[in-house]
Amino acid sequence: MTDQEHFEPVIIGFTCNWCSYRAADLAGTARMKYPPNVRLIRLMCSGRLDPTFVLKALASGADAVLITGCHPGECHYLEQNYKALRRYLLLRRTLAQMGIEPQRVKLVWASAAEGARLAQEITTLVEEIRALGPLHWPTAPEFGGNGHRPQPEIQPELEEVAA
Amino acid sequence: MSTNGTKPKFAMYWAAACGGCEIAVLNIHEKILDVDANFEVVFWPVAMDAKYKDVEAMPDESITLTLFNGGIRNSENEEMAHLMRRKSKILVAFGSCACEGCIPGLANLSTVQEIFDTVYATVSTDNPQGLRPQFHFAAPEGELRIPAFYPVLKTLDQVVKVDYYMPGCPPESHQIAAVVDLVIKALHGEAQLPPPGAVIGVGNSTVCDECPRKRNEKTIKQFVRIQDLQAPDPALCLLEQGIPCNGPATRSGCGALCPQAGAQCIGCYGPAEGVLDFGARLMTAFASVIDSQDPDEIERILDGLVDPAGQFYRFSLAGSLLRAAKPAWKGNGTRDNGRTEGTRVPSAPAVPVKGR
Repeated sequence: MTDQEHFEPVIIGFTCNWCSYRAADLAGTARMKYPPNVRLIRLMCSGRLDPTFVLKALASGADAVLITGCHPGECHYLEQNYKALRRYLLLRRTLAQMGIEPQRVKLVWASAAEGARLAQEITTLVEEIRALGPLHWPTAPEFGGNGHRPQPEIQPELEEVAA
Repeated sequence: MSTNGTKPKFAMYWAAACGGCEIAVLNIHEKILDVDANFEVVFWPVAMDAKYKDVEAMPDESITLTLFNGGIRNSENEEMAHLMRRKSKILVAFGSCACEGCIPGLANLSTVQEIFDTVYATVSTDNPQGLRPQFHFAAPEGELRIPAFYPVLKTLDQVVKVDYYMPGCPPESHQIAAVVDLVIKALHGEAQLPPPGAVIGVGNSTVCDECPRKRNEKTIKQFVRIQDLQAPDPALCLLEQGIPCNGPATRSGCGALCPQAGAQCIGCYGPAEGVLDFGARLMTAFASVIDSQDPDEIERILDGLVDPAGQFYRFSLAGSLLRAAKPAWKGNGTRDNGRTEGTRVPSAPAVPVKGR
């Protein structure tokens, strides 16, 4: 069985406290289903998203990063989501030069009411990344014990027993 | 050169470097006499004759201070890094190459094949027979070997433990002189060395902080290359004029020499205190000053940055979080995979020991 068949993408999602985090919460309370591949991290605003976070996630073993924020014009802090947009567009160009597929970093606007939409975006992203395959950045520590990489079955060592 | 055996010993070694660091050390002028008066120079390939076997014969930790410049490009560099680490009490990653990879580290955007093609098979190269280096060669006298070329250039601290970092391309001579003074004082018990892992010979802020140019609220509508600008304002912040200046992310220590001379900072002093990834910090800074909220217009403005990776990681690619472009790592990227065949190298830890 190949690595690809077993592949469960690991996705780090950065959410904004005022919109997308609540959208994810709403999706949960409404019992909508989306794949468990995404680990959400709450920021106070998408403007807090330092490109360092994305690079660190990818370098540490994530297969993709999802950045979410309030719709343009609806930022709780006036216009920080535009800053996030500009960083995202600039980061995407740099990552392309580093040989990282553009699909691996995605920006999604989702208001607090859009639980269904966020769940749908996450589902789409997981399927895209599953099709793309693992990123496996060489600086990532070896995966072990988190259940998201196939672990080689441990064969008990056979001891020779004297007859 | 004194041969007084009681003086502390000094060494300087170059790996994948240009030699500018050695010039910078000699550029401390008469202070070099203090170095000679206080140290016995035991190994310094650019300045004196000594063989690797002479270093190997020295007792471990017998060299008090070693300045190691250059990145780790091949197996010889790595062997020497391990040797100098073993023989030295204080090992300093000296200069941008040893600290962050510097210009040689930009080769981490290319595969070994591309690098060799550029070197041996471009129009400017006179190589009619298409010769390429052979890592093994069976000569009648026996097998010849040259050091194996690694797929990815590593920084010194990705290979061995480093005591201090001294960035700069090259480190400024007045900073070197100050560090030499400090080490000599410490040897006489008159001063204390900074804690291990510290970045020395630097300021504790950014180049912008030392830059005398006038700064206002920064908003820019376009990026321009400095050579395309008719008459740059000599007193106004370069970034405000749309010139991609790396000052906001770069550690101070040089005295903002480039901006004062009318050129943008290119970031040779490496990431400022607390910055994990130089390029990421610079992306944050550049994206913040772009004056547009329209995705299409933002893309047009970003078109002015013709080579983002080169702009953001000119000196720090090998020391950045990603370290190299995906095609440059070969195979699954474990350290022994993709290594050009032919040498045995001491194994290095899989995760770099970064003292910062």
